[in-house]
Amino acid sequence: MTIVLFLILFPLIAALTLLVFKTDAARDIIVKASSILIAAASIYLAVQYFDSKEEYFEFGNVTLSTLMMVIEICLAIIIFYLGIKNKKYLASVLAAIQTPVMVWFELNIGHSITVVNNLYADRFSIIMGLIIGVIGTSICWYSIGYMKDFQHHHHEEPDRRPWFFFLMFLFISAMFGIVFSNNLVWLYFFWEITTLCSFFLISYTKTQETINNAFRALIMNLFGGVGFVLAIVVLGRFYGILELNQMIAMGTMGINVVIPASLLAFAGITKAAQMPFNSWLLGAMVAPTPTSALLHSSTMVKAGVFIIVKLSPVLGWNIAGIMVTMVGGITFLLASFAAISQSNAKRVLAYSTAANLGLIAACAGIGTYAAVWAAIMLIIFHAVTKSLLFLCVGTAEHNIGSRDIEDMDGLFGRMPKLATFMIVGIAGMFLAPFGMLISKWAAMKAFIDSGNILLVMIIAFGSAATLFYWTKWLGKMAAIMAKRENIQSNVHKEEWHVLTLLTLLTIIICLIFPMISSLLIVPYLQTVFPSVSVMALSSGNMYIMSAMLALVVLLPLLFNGKSNRRIVPIYMSGANLGDDLTFRGSMQKDVAVSLKNWYMEEYFGEKKMNLIGIIAAAAVLVSTFALLLGGLI
Amino acid sequence: MSYVTKSPWIIHYDGSSCNGCDIEVLACLTPIYDLERFGIINTGNPKHADIFLVTGSVNEQNVNVVKQIYEQMPEPKAVVAVGICAASGGIFKECYNVMGGIDTVIPVDVYVPGCAARPEAIIDGVVKGIGVLAEKRAAMDKKPAIMDKKPAATVQTEDNEEA
Amino acid sequence: MNLTTSIIGITAYLILAPVAGGLLAGIDRKISARMQGRFGPPILQPFYDFFKLLEKEPITVNKVQDFYVMCFLLFIIITGCFFFAGGDLLLVIFTLTLASVFLVVAAFSSNSPYAQVGAERELLQMMAYEPMALLTAVGFYLVNGSFNVADAVTSQVMAIQYLPGIFLGFVFILTIKLRKSPFDLSMSHHAHQELVKGLTTEFSGKTMAFIEIAHWYENIFLLGIVYMFIAYSAVWSPVIAVIVCFAIYFLEILIDNNYARMKWQIALNSSWVVALTFGFVNLLILYFIG
Repeated sequence: MTIVLFLILFPLIAALTLLVFKTDAARDIIVKASSILIAAASIYLAVQYFDSKEEYFEFGNVTLSTLMMVIEICLAIIIFYLGIKNKKYLASVLAAIQTPVMVWFELNIGHSITVVNNLYADRFSIIMGLIIGVIGTSICWYSIGYMKDFQHHHHEEPDRRPWFFFLMFLFISAMFGIVFSNNLVWLYFFWEITTLCSFFLISYTKTQETINNAFRALIMNLFGGVGFVLAIVVLGRFYGILELNQMIAMGTMGINVVIPASLLAFAGITKAAQMPFNSWLLGAMVAPTPTSALLHSSTMVKAGVFIIVKLSPVLGWNIAGIMVTMVGGITFLLASFAAISQSNAKRVLAYSTAANLGLIAACAGIGTYAAVWAAIMLIIFHAVTKSLLFLCVGTAEHNIGSRDIEDMDGLFGRMPKLATFMIVGIAGMFLAPFGMLISKWAAMKAFIDSGNILLVMIIAFGSAATLFYWTKWLGKMAAIMAKRENIQSNVHKEEWHVLTLLTLLTIIICLIFPMISSLLIVPYLQTVFPSVSVMALSSGNMYIMSAMLALVVLLPLLFNGKSNRRIVPIYMSGANLGDDLTFRGSMQKDVAVSLKNWYMEEYFGEKKMNLIGIIAAAAVLVSTFALLLGGLI
Repeated sequence: MSYVTKSPWIIHYDGSSCNGCDIEVLACLTPIYDLERFGIINTGNPKHADIFLVTGSVNEQNVNVVKQIYEQMPEPKAVVAVGICAASGGIFKECYNVMGGIDTVIPVDVYVPGCAARPEAIIDGVVKGIGVLAEKRAAMDKKPAIMDKKPAATVQTEDNEEA
Repeated sequence: MNLTTSIIGITAYLILAPVAGGLLAGIDRKISARMQGRFGPPILQPFYDFFKLLEKEPITVNKVQDFYVMCFLLFIIITGCFFFAGGDLLLVIFTLTLASVFLVVAAFSSNSPYAQVGAERELLQMMAYEPMALLTAVGFYLVNGSFNVADAVTSQVMAIQYLPGIFLGFVFILTIKLRKSPFDLSMSHHAHQELVKGLTTEFSGKTMAFIEIAHWYENIFLLGIVYMFIAYSAVWSPVIAVIVCFAIYFLEILIDNNYARMKWQIALNSSWVVALTFGFVNLLILYFIG
């Protein structure tokens, strides 16, 4: 239990220290030391609780609860004030609804319910702990170098880096809180902290655009917060419980917990940026890239799917499960389509994130053994690969001065190491022997077995779109262009550390995923789903995948990059001027070659996809809650 | 025997011609003449081609194009100049912009005369070109061996057969 | 299917597929020529082309593209091996995708205008056929309760009886996969067109030869999927299945010679509509009767 408390409290201490020591040197040391400590602690936790199925801790007392309530009220006041100040009254209204309700609940009902276990650790929360502990902290490590550059690029603005690092570590602390809390009131407390942190992280540069987008994120997450509060009230008032494990146990025993489950899943949907709430994630791309990496790969959005996956045993063929499945499926399909029309690398990543989270949500919504296996696999692979990609884009942006994919052509010549990492990341997102595809494969099989043919169609079409937008990006970078200067020596060494680590993790996790499956995921699923059904993937296929990956990794190593062939210029109808970059056009004018990707705006235009998706997903949500309310009355 | 004789792929380039010869070149692909009988394909891509079929003369505008297409073709390769303009500049020879026949810029292996050259003559020229290809292919095999023994003796592959 | 038959399947595929694929290509060219009223090249012409390409001087536009093409060939062969070893059909489709991505990246790596347009179109084609290919695998799973090719060909029922829609849909995307008109958008075996040679513009000599042989390997295992629709445990069914394969290939040649190349919009729209109608409706009915 100490280690769980350490994981929650230590990042908090580190955050406060970073607020105090404002010099570069001190910050570097504190960030690095605490990153290593947190990562080590999360690994230690995994080792310590490895043998136990799940362990619950009683820890907690009245003072602590009161303290939490006081902090919650303070947060609400901050949000209320910010909303008034920036004329975003909806935020103020939402804060003014949820916190008084919460306080009323705690004072009148909450304190009379005895909560036995406030904290817990099972194999799923260990997996999440490892993701936050290792990937979250490596993003902080990366930020050391990145934020120096960032400050350099924005030198006219005040140095807000202590605030930035404070928020990053606070965020990590809150995330640990979310994954280890069994008491829903505590979970809600940490949930709200991540909401507010994300607000400040997105509005870091304090331009009007970032503030608007930050408010959008805040408002959407506050909607989710209202759902969360209602779920707690319903659970406390009508079921007399406040513990997550009890609620799930009730659900699996056959007691109807659909209403609180749908409300919690709704909160998860907002946090996981599912349609109709996906726009906050797109807007959040204005933030510095480590923020995007932290919010969209390993933490914030993962908290959303975490709660949905936690709930998966009580989802399935009931109204809550269908809601989650449909919203997830719609988001997966339409966000994948919308990604085709984007040329801004971060927006492609954002849509891809929304899409993958949609797939995770859909898997969890199906709520079968195999589907949840796929969901957890997706969470792991997505966290590693997507953070790698975000950080690669961040480094590329600082060195080539653009985050547009069109400007990344020939990156292989300019920054070979970075391009290699990025190629691994992109391949990791959709290609055969890599993790995301393995999980997608398992998901597909689970969908077929569950009899949900609509989802089968969605995954078939969504995968086709995924293939298209990743490969065209891959192709842009793989292009070999003559006379490109190598500029990768400017990259900070901290950035290389993290990029190398994440690239290796992407590959290693794919190599050892049969082990991860049998040691962590399957035992977890066996405790959650008493009746174990067939495995999602046969072990034979798993080993074939690992072997193929070894082959894919070995092939480039065997290829020594030498060629004794005569190198000739590319074919440009005989008008190539010899440098492969210009040709002789009409009237003997020299014209520069310019190659652009396809975006198919008229098919997959962002506006159209968002409109369809938001209407469809909103219709699902509205009709679900209308049905639930109708059932009550 | 080399396989290059069984599968000669062609790139057809029109220099400054009146298009008469080009029509006849295309006529070779029609059912009556059917060049594909010999495994000949009109590729349109110098990197896949074995035989460079040029009609018309070289002028100041296209000289670099002719040179580049020739350079981008992998060995062994043969050049067939179709029509009198490609051979010598023809009636355009004295024009201010015309430099002359194809052989003013690249080595030509087979000349097919005619204004315009008849399809039969073109096919005959291409088949002669196939013979040149076979010789060049054989020379490619010998070359390294000869180089090993007596570096001075290199094989001349220039061939000015006329059709 | 046990280990021995798997090994026999793989060995036979490795040795026979290029021979059969090359012959098929030769027959294809001959029949096409006859359909156009021409005499046509010898049946062995594809082999002559292949060996000629091997003899040509090795040239390239950069140092990596040949590596990507080698990977393309390798993974096409691995795809076919999974298939003829009786493996998982989804695994086969995913490996095929990996192989195709290598080819596309090889074309992109040249940074040549024609190759890149070809690569983008190839990608579009992949996006067009991928849903139907996946639905085909799903269809077999619903009929046989397994994704394994081995289980499909030893099944008690003839798959096409349950999967007529899926079969039609698959034949439709086969036009794309076999690079036949009207959907030979990314490259074409016919006379040079607006794309020069599209995807393969910058490949020559040996590299081009590898692409040719990869296509032979690919075509054989694509026909293998057609075979799966017909063959089942009955003794006579393999014969019928082979005949159907030939008939389908002939049909593709006929389509090839009767259509001009169409716009990419039509390729994408029509194959997705086919997947949504034939594929989806067929699966829906299977769920209801199953």
